[in-house]
Amino acid sequence: MSEDEKSPPAPPSGGHARLLPPDAGRDRPLFIVSAILVFLACLAALGARSTWTSSERWMDDLDGSLTVQIRPIEGRDADQDAIDIAREISELPGVTRADARSRADSEMLLEPWFGTSGLPSDLPVPVLIDVVLDDPDGVPLDEIADILETAGIDADIDDHGRWSDAVARASQLARLLAFGLLALILGAAAAVIAFAARASLVARRDVADALHIVGATDSYVAGLFQRRFFSLGVKAGATGAIFAALIAILVAVGGNNADALYFLPELLFSPFEIVALAMAPLIAGGVAALSARLAVEEELRKRW
Amino acid sequence: MAAGFRLTEIAVNPFQQSESEVIVGFDAVGMRYGRGPEILKDVSFQLKRGSFTFLTGPSGAGKTSLLRLIYMAHKASRGVVQHFGHDTAGLQRKDLPDLRRRIGVVFQEFRMLDHLSVFENVALPLRVAGQKRASYAEDVAELVSWVGLAHHMESRPATLSGGEQQRVAIARAVVNQPELLIADEPTGNVDPDMARRLLRLFVELNRLGTTVLIATHDLTLVRALDAPVMSLADGRLTYRDRAA
Repeated sequence: MSEDEKSPPAPPSGGHARLLPPDAGRDRPLFIVSAILVFLACLAALGARSTWTSSERWMDDLDGSLTVQIRPIEGRDADQDAIDIAREISELPGVTRADARSRADSEMLLEPWFGTSGLPSDLPVPVLIDVVLDDPDGVPLDEIADILETAGIDADIDDHGRWSDAVARASQLARLLAFGLLALILGAAAAVIAFAARASLVARRDVADALHIVGATDSYVAGLFQRRFFSLGVKAGATGAIFAALIAILVAVGGNNADALYFLPELLFSPFEIVALAMAPLIAGGVAALSARLAVEEELRKRW
Repeated sequence: MAAGFRLTEIAVNPFQQSESEVIVGFDAVGMRYGRGPEILKDVSFQLKRGSFTFLTGPSGAGKTSLLRLIYMAHKASRGVVQHFGHDTAGLQRKDLPDLRRRIGVVFQEFRMLDHLSVFENVALPLRVAGQKRASYAEDVAELVSWVGLAHHMESRPATLSGGEQQRVAIARAVVNQPELLIADEPTGNVDPDMARRLLRLFVELNRLGTTVLIATHDLTLVRALDAPVMSLADGRLTYRDRAA
């Protein structure tokens, strides 16, 4: 056709160019939204994990102990009674140890309500015995009751049952909330990516049409979007996970010293949490890739 | 286009015979977009292997819609459409890519991917078909050279003239040696001299065995060849075999 035909043509060097060109204007906001969602998802996951860990610890503490509350009797030394009873209880099978607390210890426990000025000496303050058990399921309630009856002591035995039930219900609710929140965030992320993939397909209809005309399958076209959104998801996931890790470190370092956070589950940094955060980019990439592929395939199916 | 331009000295493809295999067949086909009016009405024709056919008609007559049915971008509203012996009505979407690879399409507006080089655009059908770059690089380079664009191998389509882009589109359409080549107003954006060169290119491809259908409203182009002409007017098709 021209003089070009005379010289042997040489193909250009290098590899394939990307069929789906990057679109910074559209991708940047999506990246930011995705990173924020991953950040929230990481915090929800860390929260779920720490709630789980804390509730197990609370349950272990409550299940493995009981408290004997000795009410003072006129003419008897309640502190000495507590010491004697604790010694007998500690000899029971299944009991690790039994520690008698003095009236002074009881007054100290009441300080938040009555202040530090001391209680009147004639006020009958119960004296406590802390009992630690080998086996939470083998609580020797009857044996302890026998010891108390034999000694003629008026006392209550608290196996923390009402507390452990409440803690179990609260921790179960907290876990459900945390996992529900995590699922919602992941669902929102998938929906956002699906929406973005559809928008991207509309914006790049020229590419999709050109590829179809030359014989590309829907799977091939969807694969282009899938790879692109996987890459975006991984980058957004890494960014969100890093920010979540920074927050967790700040809370772990600062929160442990804050009395106000005593009853709150603390954010832990065990290998489990590190692995979970490290997996976040892959999970985010997977969610993004899957939702993009499904959305694009669904859109393409409507065309014939 | 220059007056008196004729290519009748170029013989029509010897494969073209009345008894040869039907590549595309339409029987009483109607087509509408959505719930709109019928664009094509009772269209019937056959494209036989190795034929060279013109499709003419004024703007809005339905040429592009007919081409869309042929390259399977749209379904017929009624009637029977057959591609390579397959009834299109019974095809699933997953069946289309294999059939589309047997058809090369040249669009009036080129439909190049502007972020890819000329070489990458031409190689697109092979890349999509899963071939390795090393296996086709030399062939594609030779084809680009054959259409006179060796020095534009790494250029972006947007930097080329209309005629050059049209040649890139033609190269892309024929790179995987399709059985049918259809072109929608291929000379619409080029000067008469380039139109003649492009037509010569189509004739050469036809002589190599490719069935060619060119849609154009440029009657000068139609008169340049003694090839059958299908005319569309108001959605209805008339057929004129000048060679007969």
